[in-house]
Amino acid sequence: MTTALTDLTIAGALDGLAKGEFTAVELTEAHLRAMEAARGLNAFITETPDLALERARASDSRRRGGQIGSMEGIPIGMKDLFCTEGVRTTAASHILDGFTPPYESTVSANLIKAGAVMLGKTNLDEFAMGSANITSHHGPVVSPWRRRSDPGVDLVPGGSSGGSAAAVAARLAMAATGTDTGGSIRQPASFCGIVGIKPTYGRCSRWGVVAFASSLDQAGPMTRTVRDAAIMLGAMAGHDPKDSTSAPIAVPDFTKALTGEVRGLRIGVPREYRPEGLAPEIAALWDQGIDWLRQAGAVPVEITLPHTRHALATYYIVAPAEASSNLARYDGVRFGLRVEGKTLDELYRKTRGEGFGKEVRRRILIGTYVLSAGYYDAYYAKAQKLRSLIARDFREAFEKVDVILTPTAPSAAFGLGEKTDNPITMYLNDVFTIPTSLAGLPGLSLPAGLSADGLPLGLQLIGRPFDEETVLNVAGVMESAAGFTARPARVEA
Amino acid sequence: MSLDKTTVTAIAHLARIEVPEDELDHLASELSGILDFVEQLAEVDTDGVEPMTSVAAMVLPRRADAVTDGGYPDKILANAPEADEGFFLVPKVVE
Repeated sequence: MTTALTDLTIAGALDGLAKGEFTAVELTEAHLRAMEAARGLNAFITETPDLALERARASDSRRRGGQIGSMEGIPIGMKDLFCTEGVRTTAASHILDGFTPPYESTVSANLIKAGAVMLGKTNLDEFAMGSANITSHHGPVVSPWRRRSDPGVDLVPGGSSGGSAAAVAARLAMAATGTDTGGSIRQPASFCGIVGIKPTYGRCSRWGVVAFASSLDQAGPMTRTVRDAAIMLGAMAGHDPKDSTSAPIAVPDFTKALTGEVRGLRIGVPREYRPEGLAPEIAALWDQGIDWLRQAGAVPVEITLPHTRHALATYYIVAPAEASSNLARYDGVRFGLRVEGKTLDELYRKTRGEGFGKEVRRRILIGTYVLSAGYYDAYYAKAQKLRSLIARDFREAFEKVDVILTPTAPSAAFGLGEKTDNPITMYLNDVFTIPTSLAGLPGLSLPAGLSADGLPLGLQLIGRPFDEETVLNVAGVMESAAGFTARPARVEA
Repeated sequence: MSLDKTTVTAIAHLARIEVPEDELDHLASELSGILDFVEQLAEVDTDGVEPMTSVAAMVLPRRADAVTDGGYPDKILANAPEADEGFFLVPKVVE
């Protein structure tokens, strides 16, 4: 065999499986070996090798019977924010100690139905709150990438879906699920040199996904190619009556959208995404991206999204407010950690005091404050008005353009332990991804090049609501132009 | 907006999160920093702007008000830190 099984794309593996070149069991075993060899990355919180082999055997037997799902036999990582029946689910928090869901989230159930094989539950920032995967109760994830100038320094994979991103980049999983509230799929995809798409709000069911900020949370695929993202998004998406915000619209065959034809398509280039002080290599990469699309026949159009600069502040009111409400359920009574107290109130306080990490505690307290009596209008109501204005900016822009191109993140991956002195510094990582989340629009990050120090840099494509097809198609054209073939330093051959 | 220790203690009480005394000062300054940062929204004129109430432009669906699930208390209680005879157990709340 010329290509290692762990180096295949989903599309390539489906082909090989169909031709009988290898079995789902062989494919799964190869990935389980890679996972074991790369435990130092801490990409998985829980490995499920026995379950994976059982599902791989079942997949091989289904295939023999001619029953072939859209991801039949493909080994994937599952962000440990998706509830999985009978498999411990932690949200990377101490407060969910010992929790084993008695049900399966809709998205993970859809993937099982499509034939995908879960290898394990990937690490993340606690309750998906973070941009570096350093807030996990189960320890930080280490990126498989290394700086050329300083290969001894461990880098962050981005967050919150850092375990998923690291696992896919390091060839431990062919793909992985992520969730994105303000950039948690796109920013780690950018840091790890992979493709990640946050679909339109409502495209994937949130049922069974541990909630962070319900009006922003969306699940999406993290893969090594655009085609793989199209295949996996199709398997994850779909209307679900159990999530009242799930959109009752049909899921197209996203792979059919990858025509490679973008002639005449209008590409929005928002001037507000070029703030003073933007790193020159990020600006240059963006210009390069615009040029690729121009050469393919698309038409760049300068646009304005005037409220962009207020998006981060808006987000840091809305998201903590929703989090403080959502996380009220962790009370030490019905599931998870309990720290005893003499009174019920003391039990709540001690359980939550010990169970939540510092970043989660910070956000719950901010959320509690902005929702408290006397402050609601000044903070939360004001932020929801800003959100209307940010969404309107995009609506008006999409009257003039078909898709928007921006950088994904303001920098390449940084070192573990950097940017931790002040919460705001960390929050700035998501400055380019948050506006899309606030407006509920689809956003995709694709690896477009390397920094001077040899680290991946991503570009982001933003689409109209439920127009993931255009986003994916344009991403496919850019992917061909970029020819991104760099591999992380830490991949076991 | 600067929060003092007393206010942080009050918020922590509302959120039912125990915060050790020696962390209050640091936490107060961190939370104040975040509030200072979001304060910038005050400068935006939002008169006449409707607050966003729904991300996607769709009407919330309705369903029949019927029981469609349940009947498995054992499954529900399986994850409880303490349970007995079909109930969650908590410290005594009525003297």
